[in-house]
Amino acid sequence: MSEYLIQFNNISKFFGKVIALKDVTMKLRKGEIMCLLGDNGAGKSTLIKTLAGVYKPDEGEIIFEGNKIVFDSPKDALDIGIGTVYQDLALVSLMSVTRNFFMGREPQKGVSFFKTFDIEKANKIAAERMGQIGIDIRDPSQAVGTMSGGERQCLAISRAIYFGAKVLVLDEPTSALGVHQASMVLKYIVKAAANGLAVILITHNVHHAYPVGNSFTVLNRGKSLGTFQKKDISREELLSMMAGGEELNKLEVELKEMDRLNS
Amino acid sequence: MSQKEKNISSKIDFNQDERLQKVSKLRLLLNRPELGALGGAILVFIFFGIIAGDSGMFSAYGILNFLDVSSNLGIIAIAAAMLMIGGEFDLSIGSMIGFAGICIAIPAIYWGWPLWMSIIFAFSMAVLVGYFNGLLVVKTGLPSFIVTLAMLFILRGATLAFTRLITGRTQVPGLSVLIENDPIAWIFATDTFKWFFTWLGSMNLIAMRTDGLPLASGIPISVIWFIALTILATWILMKTRYGNWIFASGGDKNGATNVGVPVGKVKIGLFIGTAVASTIFACIQVLDAGSADTMRGNLKELEAIAAAVVGGCLLTGGYGSAIGAALGAIIFGTVSMGIFYTDVDTDWFKVFLGAMMLLAVVFNNYIRKKVTESK
Repeated sequence: MSEYLIQFNNISKFFGKVIALKDVTMKLRKGEIMCLLGDNGAGKSTLIKTLAGVYKPDEGEIIFEGNKIVFDSPKDALDIGIGTVYQDLALVSLMSVTRNFFMGREPQKGVSFFKTFDIEKANKIAAERMGQIGIDIRDPSQAVGTMSGGERQCLAISRAIYFGAKVLVLDEPTSALGVHQASMVLKYIVKAAANGLAVILITHNVHHAYPVGNSFTVLNRGKSLGTFQKKDISREELLSMMAGGEELNKLEVELKEMDRLNS
Repeated sequence: MSQKEKNISSKIDFNQDERLQKVSKLRLLLNRPELGALGGAILVFIFFGIIAGDSGMFSAYGILNFLDVSSNLGIIAIAAAMLMIGGEFDLSIGSMIGFAGICIAIPAIYWGWPLWMSIIFAFSMAVLVGYFNGLLVVKTGLPSFIVTLAMLFILRGATLAFTRLITGRTQVPGLSVLIENDPIAWIFATDTFKWFFTWLGSMNLIAMRTDGLPLASGIPISVIWFIALTILATWILMKTRYGNWIFASGGDKNGATNVGVPVGKVKIGLFIGTAVASTIFACIQVLDAGSADTMRGNLKELEAIAAAVVGGCLLTGGYGSAIGAALGAIIFGTVSMGIFYTDVDTDWFKVFLGAMMLLAVVFNNYIRKKVTESK
């Protein structure tokens, strides 16, 4: 058994002539949070869909708990324990917390034709799980629409964990949130990792990623610029690498030039 | 785990959001979709109780009369409500009623089929039509409004054309004599609890006809169907996994798909449901009247949708209840019959229907904002 829970070795994905991903390598241990950073168009979405089993990589291999695996569908990825929380969260705001938590995977009781959705059990589990995160939902039958953005994000993550995720893939979990809400979500992510999950946190916000991440992989135009341990890189270095430091330097020079001409 | 992580995880305390308010019991009640319809139904009964209380509307005969009308509408309104919760419309309900009626009458009268076989044939056709509607909506991604509007014209046109082609006319009478010894026709054509009404009559508690039978001879079978379907639909929606899938499919199609809900199958099932309910409606009416009319069920789809909306279904899907739709149907049925017992011209019924629907939509919209409003 390797020391890594999951490894993505030299993953490439092509769409016709477009090279969406080229030779991307990532390795995660249990309890590790890896932040995947990249600007728009860096290939983050393609990588997420490859992790979630939506796309098959054209090159490279995925090794999970020491075994090479191939996903034929998103369900395969789910079954081995890769839980992906997309940006839209897959929550229905008019439905209750419980009904959302168990959507598509409702616990049942009874026999054959008279099987019913075991709502009491579901309520209990949902309230318990949300309680563990510190979200006090007095009434698990309240609509998800009444929850804040951060609480919804936590609900979606909590659901993925409950249904057996060992690797959590989180797509921009803090992008639409204010500072307070974002910190609530980040705290929960740290707690989940502390409980032994491997977390891949996809974001373009270095300020959210840096405090919680153990390692950072920077994507740029479909290629990985490398994976860095936290001790080896500063927040500023990450930021400049992500945005294409050269471009920012050029911009600075140009602005100075404009200033000079104006004065 | 590094020391740093340990520090972070030990420091986590999730303070409760201070802006959370306690949810009052009243607010919980307000969140029920059928609340508006319940209030409306109570108001309607108070209204007619006052202005038509002694007119015979609330005699046994009068009650059964408006219950029968409400029940017929309720049968299709419940199916329409379930489909609406699942996020789709079916405008072909009315045409399906006419089509199903003819599917029973022509084989039975002109082709010499036994009545039970014609009834089974009509239900098979309903499943096909519903399946086709659903498949078309799911596969093309077109709005169900358009797809079923097309089906409204196609079915009504085909019903008329085939009937005229085969019979030379637009009505097919002569079914009454076939009901007598048929093994399954009674499911759609009996008055139930006759003994109870005979007993009530013998105790002089209800009005009698001159021949000694009670004026109200029994509870129409439509009422039994209506009650049974309300219970079944409510059970499915609230108590089964399939119910959760219906809410999810209507609430957020993509989200539901992402967590493994078979959205397409759910929707197709619901379309089959409305077509089958239309056929139940057709069976009851055709066997009661003893004849099938190609125009039967005209505009019923709109009444069914109106009843569902008054009952709290959102036009955008994902919210509503079968009990609400049942109450909506009772409101319409009661008013449409009750108006005869008052001095009000019956022409005003449609005005009431429209006004009631507008009011319901405004009210429901307000409720939805309340339910989903974010902190």
